[in-house]
Amino acid sequence: MLEVDKAEVKRARSLARKAGRPVVNLAKRHTTVSVERATLRLAGLSGADHELVPWVNHLVDAVRGQVGLESGVALPVWDALRRGEASDLTTLAQKAAAGAVTFRIPQGADATRAGKAARAAIARGIRTIDKQRVTRDKLIARHGDPKQKPWIYLIVATGDIYEDIPQAQAAAREGADVIAVIRSTGQSLLDFVPEGATREGYAGTYATQENFRLMRAALDQTSKELGRYVRLTNYASGLCMPEIATLAGLERLDMMLNDSMYGILFRDINPIRTFVDQRFSRQIHARAGIIINTGEDNYLTTADAVEAAHTVTVSQLLNEYFAKEAGLQDWQLGLGHAFEIDPSIPDSFRLELAHALLARTLFPDAPLKWMPPTKHMTGDIFRGYLLDGFFNLVGAITGQGILLVGMMTEAVVTPWISDRDLALQNVRYVLNAAGGLSEDFHPPRDGFIQTRAREVLGESIALLENILADSDASGDPPLLAAIADGTFGAMRRPASKGKGLDGVIRKAPGYLNPATDLLEEGATR
Amino acid sequence: MSPTRAHEARRRRENPRTGELSLAEAPSTGHGPIVRPYGDTTGDGMVQVSFTLPLPHDKRAEGAAIRLAHQMGIEPALLVHAKAIGPDFTFFVVYGPVKHVVDIRAIDIVEREFELLSSKEVNTAIRKHLRRKLVVVGACIGTDAHTVGIDAILNIKGFAGEKGLEYYRELAVHNLGAQVSIPELVNAAYDLKADAVLVSQVVTQKDAHLHNTTAMSAAFREAFPAGQVPHLVVGGPRFEEGSAPSLGVDRIFGRGTTPGEVASYLVHALVDPTTPQRTRKAKSA
Repeated sequence: MLEVDKAEVKRARSLARKAGRPVVNLAKRHTTVSVERATLRLAGLSGADHELVPWVNHLVDAVRGQVGLESGVALPVWDALRRGEASDLTTLAQKAAAGAVTFRIPQGADATRAGKAARAAIARGIRTIDKQRVTRDKLIARHGDPKQKPWIYLIVATGDIYEDIPQAQAAAREGADVIAVIRSTGQSLLDFVPEGATREGYAGTYATQENFRLMRAALDQTSKELGRYVRLTNYASGLCMPEIATLAGLERLDMMLNDSMYGILFRDINPIRTFVDQRFSRQIHARAGIIINTGEDNYLTTADAVEAAHTVTVSQLLNEYFAKEAGLQDWQLGLGHAFEIDPSIPDSFRLELAHALLARTLFPDAPLKWMPPTKHMTGDIFRGYLLDGFFNLVGAITGQGILLVGMMTEAVVTPWISDRDLALQNVRYVLNAAGGLSEDFHPPRDGFIQTRAREVLGESIALLENILADSDASGDPPLLAAIADGTFGAMRRPASKGKGLDGVIRKAPGYLNPATDLLEEGATR
Repeated sequence: MSPTRAHEARRRRENPRTGELSLAEAPSTGHGPIVRPYGDTTGDGMVQVSFTLPLPHDKRAEGAAIRLAHQMGIEPALLVHAKAIGPDFTFFVVYGPVKHVVDIRAIDIVEREFELLSSKEVNTAIRKHLRRKLVVVGACIGTDAHTVGIDAILNIKGFAGEKGLEYYRELAVHNLGAQVSIPELVNAAYDLKADAVLVSQVVTQKDAHLHNTTAMSAAFREAFPAGQVPHLVVGGPRFEEGSAPSLGVDRIFGRGTTPGEVASYLVHALVDPTTPQRTRKAKSA
């Protein structure tokens, strides 16, 4: 639909790669407490003490306190098990929490044996993820994919998993293909994953392994009832990104929100922590066959959606690079963008079309995630309903893959049952009436839409060039320097600051993480 | 308007029932003092409501919707739309005249207690009477990650065509962003010698905005000596006007507040030439 210079597109990708690669190298040189905890979760360690502090936190903290995490948690833990400090991981974590275990970094043959034992234990978790992926494929074959594109994505958020379940099932019956259980605000800044089924959350429900399991089981039932596989989404973001990704793989979630820079910019999480955690979580997602959703909509809600259009493209290109480097494939890249241009400016709809079309053209094989207006939803629900209709129309014309259903009561209340029903009627009407319009829609080469799209691509290339030219005194990769001086979202996030920095550890030469090894080798044992 | 309703309006004007306020009492032009909703004829009282009942869609559900509308004071209630939402719920749209009237003389409103100033007047007032920059620290506290509110007020870009506080030459604005913990905010206010602290609470559930606000004001009163606490201002769509004292803050701003209003208010509250300047700078020692 859009004629862009192939050389320009190639150039944009190569610049994104140049900006991303040093950051990946930096990520490879570090581990984090959450990566190490995720490793233990793969080996089957779960549960929490009576104060709900997870055993993985206890064990990682104990190891770190005694011998550090520079060699990884696997070697000292499986060495302790081999020395008979405890009979299993949970007992070891319990004893370690009480200070009754002495850890050491095993050397020589001890290290080899500990590494082998660790690999065997962790491989069981990886195989569970593999099995879940096979199960998903089977269920999709049995029940089928949604009949239409884009897939209809609806959010459920009550705070109580037992309220979420009937709401999610009702939403699926009403036509939702993807259910996202939004997380409790603030979970992103917790440095542990809460445990068990939860009934208390603010503006969302905690992501826990048990909540994942309960919701997936309920949606499996509904998928059977509806003859359509209903996908489940949660958030692999914040300080526990690797662990939540792991739990998602183990419990067969189908999509995860997972952005390369969102936590840095909008949650003030340390940049290095984010990039390390993100790489591990994306390796898990790749293995688990999970589709990631990136968060470019956020750039548009915090800045002007016309002026910042190119930052979305740049972020999509970076997200694509980081995702592919971690092993994700095109079909797994739900790159985000949003309908957030001020509706009072002239040609706002044409601008939206141009931006959406650019994303579609740059990433032809990715199931783009199209997000509805929020910033210019004023509380006038009638006007909001119309705006959502136009949003749906852009989604239909430009062939988006995943359409997050906009609510006319955005900025008023968390959606009521009737809001959701009306919103779905809106989507269905537009898709039914204009779903095939992409066939007829060929904006002229020198018309407003194509010209604008090319302009945004040009600005994106210029911004990437700017990023690559950036530098700072400590010699950080240019992308980190750019993040530090406020290139994105006008937020300054230096690599030496931010939440979770104390959980970042530089790897020592003998570092071992069998989970990363298994993921990178594609091995099962 | 249907003939029935036009007739109804006429009847109420000319021949009100006992206890029913005659539409003749309400002047047909001008504003009040007795008002009722306006559809297309003065005094017709027309409203629209929509709601969902937890009933399957059938005659009984429709009857229930009409009865509910009656109890809400809508009579006659015109059920214009009913649609099943799944097997257990029905959505209704009801139109009709409400029998209630409002006497606007009995409404208590918080009149704006300060004069609206232009940005130039704000700057001049600060320069002239405070003789230094007025320091404003803003943040979203607690778990609220939605900076739209605070950004609309503080960022240069502003809101509703008005530039944000960062635009004012005589205001030193520090926007701490989202998910700032209360201790962080108190420390920042202390270090920056804040004259005013602006806190935004947009997304809230189970009264989180109220809990956060009282916790915040308590923390400030604990950390600062009496009389030296920065001026505490909270904003957000869910706050009630007039609840500032019970929350322990100095002022609350609701939905639709513009940066210019906040700036004018700050001048009114902090640089009024008739109030003596506070001498809380000693604490920096």
